[in-house]
Amino acid sequence: MNNPGDVKIPIGPQHPALKEPESFLLTLRGEKITSVNIKIGYNHRGIEKACEDRTYIQDLYLIERICGICSHSHSTCFVQAVEEIAGLEIPRRAKYLRTFIAELERIHSHLLWLGVAGHEIGFDTLLMYTWRDREIVMDLLAAITGNRVNYGINTIGGVRRDINAGHIDASLKAMDILEERTKYYVGIAQEEITLKKRLSGVGKLSYDDALRLGAVGPTARASGVARDVRKNDPYAAYTEIDFDLITDDHCDVYGRTVVRLKELLQAYKIVREVLKNLPDGPITVKAPRKIPAGEAVSRYEAPRGEDLHYVKSNGTEKPDRVKVRAPTLANIQAVSHMLEDGYLADMPIVVAAIDPCFSCTDRMISMHNCGTRKEEIVSWEFVHAKGIEWYRNKGIDFSQLNKKLHSMMNK
Amino acid sequence: MGKELFNILIFPGLLFLCVFGLLAEFVDRKLYARLQNRMGPPWFQPLADFIKLLGKEDVIPTEADTAVFKLMPVVALSAAVAAFFYIPLWGTHALYYFSGDIIVVLYLLLVPTLCFFLGGWYSRSVYSMIGAVRSLTQLFAYEVPLFMCILAASLLANTWSLSEMAVFYGRHPGYWIFNSLGFVIAFISLLGKLEKVPFDIPEAETEIVAGSFTEYSGRLFAFFRMTIDVELVVGASLIAAVFLPFGLGVGQQLGFVVYLLKVFLLMALISLSRTIFARLRIDQMINLCWKYLAPLAFLQVLISLIIKWVLVK
Amino acid sequence: MKRRGKVVRQVLYSVVRKSNTLNYPHIKSGMPKGFRGKIKFYPERCIGCKLCMRDCPSNAIHIKKVGENQFEAEFDLGKCIYCGQCVDSCLKKALEYTDEFELAQLDRTKLKINFHAEPKKPTEK
Repeated sequence: MNNPGDVKIPIGPQHPALKEPESFLLTLRGEKITSVNIKIGYNHRGIEKACEDRTYIQDLYLIERICGICSHSHSTCFVQAVEEIAGLEIPRRAKYLRTFIAELERIHSHLLWLGVAGHEIGFDTLLMYTWRDREIVMDLLAAITGNRVNYGINTIGGVRRDINAGHIDASLKAMDILEERTKYYVGIAQEEITLKKRLSGVGKLSYDDALRLGAVGPTARASGVARDVRKNDPYAAYTEIDFDLITDDHCDVYGRTVVRLKELLQAYKIVREVLKNLPDGPITVKAPRKIPAGEAVSRYEAPRGEDLHYVKSNGTEKPDRVKVRAPTLANIQAVSHMLEDGYLADMPIVVAAIDPCFSCTDRMISMHNCGTRKEEIVSWEFVHAKGIEWYRNKGIDFSQLNKKLHSMMNK
Repeated sequence: MGKELFNILIFPGLLFLCVFGLLAEFVDRKLYARLQNRMGPPWFQPLADFIKLLGKEDVIPTEADTAVFKLMPVVALSAAVAAFFYIPLWGTHALYYFSGDIIVVLYLLLVPTLCFFLGGWYSRSVYSMIGAVRSLTQLFAYEVPLFMCILAASLLANTWSLSEMAVFYGRHPGYWIFNSLGFVIAFISLLGKLEKVPFDIPEAETEIVAGSFTEYSGRLFAFFRMTIDVELVVGASLIAAVFLPFGLGVGQQLGFVVYLLKVFLLMALISLSRTIFARLRIDQMINLCWKYLAPLAFLQVLISLIIKWVLVK
Repeated sequence: MKRRGKVVRQVLYSVVRKSNTLNYPHIKSGMPKGFRGKIKFYPERCIGCKLCMRDCPSNAIHIKKVGENQFEAEFDLGKCIYCGQCVDSCLKKALEYTDEFELAQLDRTKLKINFHAEPKKPTEK
C-alpha cells in the first residue's frame, strides 16, 4: 500500500458484477479509484491451436463457439476469409441471408446489453423488459436457423438453410413490435432521471484518447470517431444497402447507450430492406475440400466492434494458422483509462459499457523471456513441461492427482 | 404475568412478527415479479429460504472477531422486535406506552443499522468493510428528515408518546392531512432505512458482492434476513401509525383489518418504488437528502407549528 | 423533459397482463419446426460411406458394419454439439433432426445411444 488508507480491492476473477472471469485489482481511497491493474486470460481455451487439427468444415463450428452472443460474427468472418483464399464467389441470395442473420444478431446483442447495463446500475426492471423483447428475436432465430444461439447457418460457399414466406412475414411483424418497444426505451433513456444520473459523466473517453487507445465499435463511435467496417470496408450485402453511421458526442456511458439504441433502429431498417429486396437463386456454391495455399485477412462489424480473422492455408484439408482478434481486446486498453479517478460504484457500469466478451478475447500468448527480453516461439511440449515445473516450485505435484483422476475415470 | 408473556412472545410479539415478516417478504417479491411481467415465487418461498438457511453450515472467517460476528444478528432481531411493542397498531394504545416512547422507538430502529455496520466491520473482509462504511454514511443522510417529520406530527399533537398521538388524531379527525408533506418525506427516508432501491447502496450486489453480509452464512444469515423482514413490517407500521392514524377506535377485529390494509398499501408502494428506479450512488444520495429532503422536513415542522398556533389553542 | 419514474404506467399495466414466464416443468413451451435437437438415424437408408463421421466436429457419431449392407450408428450425446453437419453431409438422407432437447442424464453411460439395424427378412426365393 502506498498510502495508509488505501485499500486494494479485487474485482474478479469471480464477482457478481462480471459475466466472465477477468481480474481488476482496484486501489481505492474512500470511494475513489486511484489505480487499476487489469489481468485477462482466464478464458483461454486454445481455440486457435485446435483449429489446426480440424478440417475447414469442422473449424466452422469450432470458431462459431468462441462466443455465444457474437457467434455469427466469428463464423461469417472466418468463412469470408476462407472463401477469399479459395476464390469462391457466393450467390447474391446467400449474401443477403447472411446480412439478415447478422442484423438479427446485432438486435439481440444490443437488447441483451441494455438489460445488462440496467442490472449493473440496479434497475432490474429494464433487464426483465429488454430480455422479454429479446425472446421475440430468439424465437425467430430458432425458427429460421434451428437454434437460439450458435446458429450454424454458414457453410463454405454460402448458407445452409433457406427462408420461406412464412419466415419473412414473421420477421416483418417482429420488426414492427420491436421498433415500438425500442422507441419506448429511447424515451426512458432520455427522461428517466435516476438512469441519467448513473450513466452521465461516467467513463469519459475523449476523441483523441479513443483514437490513441484504439477503441472500436460503439465505444469509439460514442466519442465521435466515425468508424464502421460496414461503411469503410463493406462485405456481404452491405454494398447495396443504405443506412446511417451513428456517432454521438457525449463521450461517456450515456453516449454509448444512445449509440446502441440508435443502431437498433437502423438495424430494423436494414432488415426490412433486405427482406424486401431478397434476390432469388441458389443459396450455395460447391466448395472444394482442399483449399489452395494462400492467406487472407477478413474484417467484420460485430455488435461489439471490429472483428478480425486471419487464415493461412497450405493446400491441405486443414488450415495452417488461424488468428482471431476480437473487438474487446481493442477496447480493454481504454477501460483502465476510463476507471481512474472514478467512483467504485461506477466500475461495473463502465466495464459493462464496452460490452465485454472475454470469451472472444483470450487468445494466443507470446512468451517474453524476462531475462533476455527476447520473444521466442516455443513448442506445445515446452509449455506443458514449464507449467508442471512452475507448480512444483510452489509445492503442488500433479502426478498423484493425475493417477487418482485416471483411476476414477476408468472405473 | 402469563398474559404479558403471551403478548410479548406470541401475539403480537415475536412469533406473530416473524410470520408476518415472512408474509411481507412474499408479498414484496410477488408484487415485484408481477410488475416486471413474470410469475414470481410461491407463497411458501420465504419460509423455505429460512428453513434451508438454518440447515446450512456457519462459516466464520479466521480473521473475524467471533463474538461480535455471532452476536450481531441476535441483537438486531431483538431490537427490531422490541420497537414493535410501542407502536399503536389497531387500538388507540400500544402494548406499552409512556411519555417519550417516540424517542425509544426511533432509537431501537437505529440499532439494526448499527448491527449491520458492526457485523460488516468485524468480518474483516474488504467487501463487507466497504458495505459497512456505506451503511453508516447512508444513516447520516436519512435519519434527520425522518426524525423531523415524526417530530412535526408529534408537535401538532403536543405529546411525546405515540399512543397519545393516536388518541389526539382520533379526537380531531382530518388533522392528519396537514402532515402529508411529512408523509412523503418520511416514506422516502424509510426507503433509505430499509435499504431498498433507489437507496440499497450498502448492499449493492453488483459492486460489493453483498456488503455487510458477505461473510455471513447459515443460521446467522437466516436471522439477518429475518431482521430485514421484521424491519420492513415495523417501519411500515410506524409510518402507518404516525401519518395514517384513522380507523383506530373501531374495535378489535375491524381495527386489525384496517391495520393490515394500511401496512399492505405501504408495502405495495415500497415494491413499486423498487421497480421503477435505478440505484443511486452514495454521493448522489447524500446530495438528495441534504439538499431537498432536510429543508422540506424543516418546512413541515414550520407548518405544524403554525397550524398548532392557529387551530389548537 | 425529465420525469421521475417514467416506467410507472407500463409497470402497473403489467400486473394485469398475462405473465411472460411459464411454470416450467409443469408447463412446457415447445421448440419450432426445424429445431436442431437430438439426431435420428434410419439404418435402412445408410450405405456406410462414413462422410458423417469425417465431418463431425466432435467425433460424436460412429458407423459400424453389422452385416451385409447393414449399418448401425452409435451416438454419444455428451459429445454431440447439435450442429447438424452430419444431416447435411449424408448423401442418402439417413439422418434427420428431431426437436428433443431435454437430454440430461445423471449416468454418463446412458448418454451413448445406439440405433440398431432391423434384422433383414429372408427374401422369398
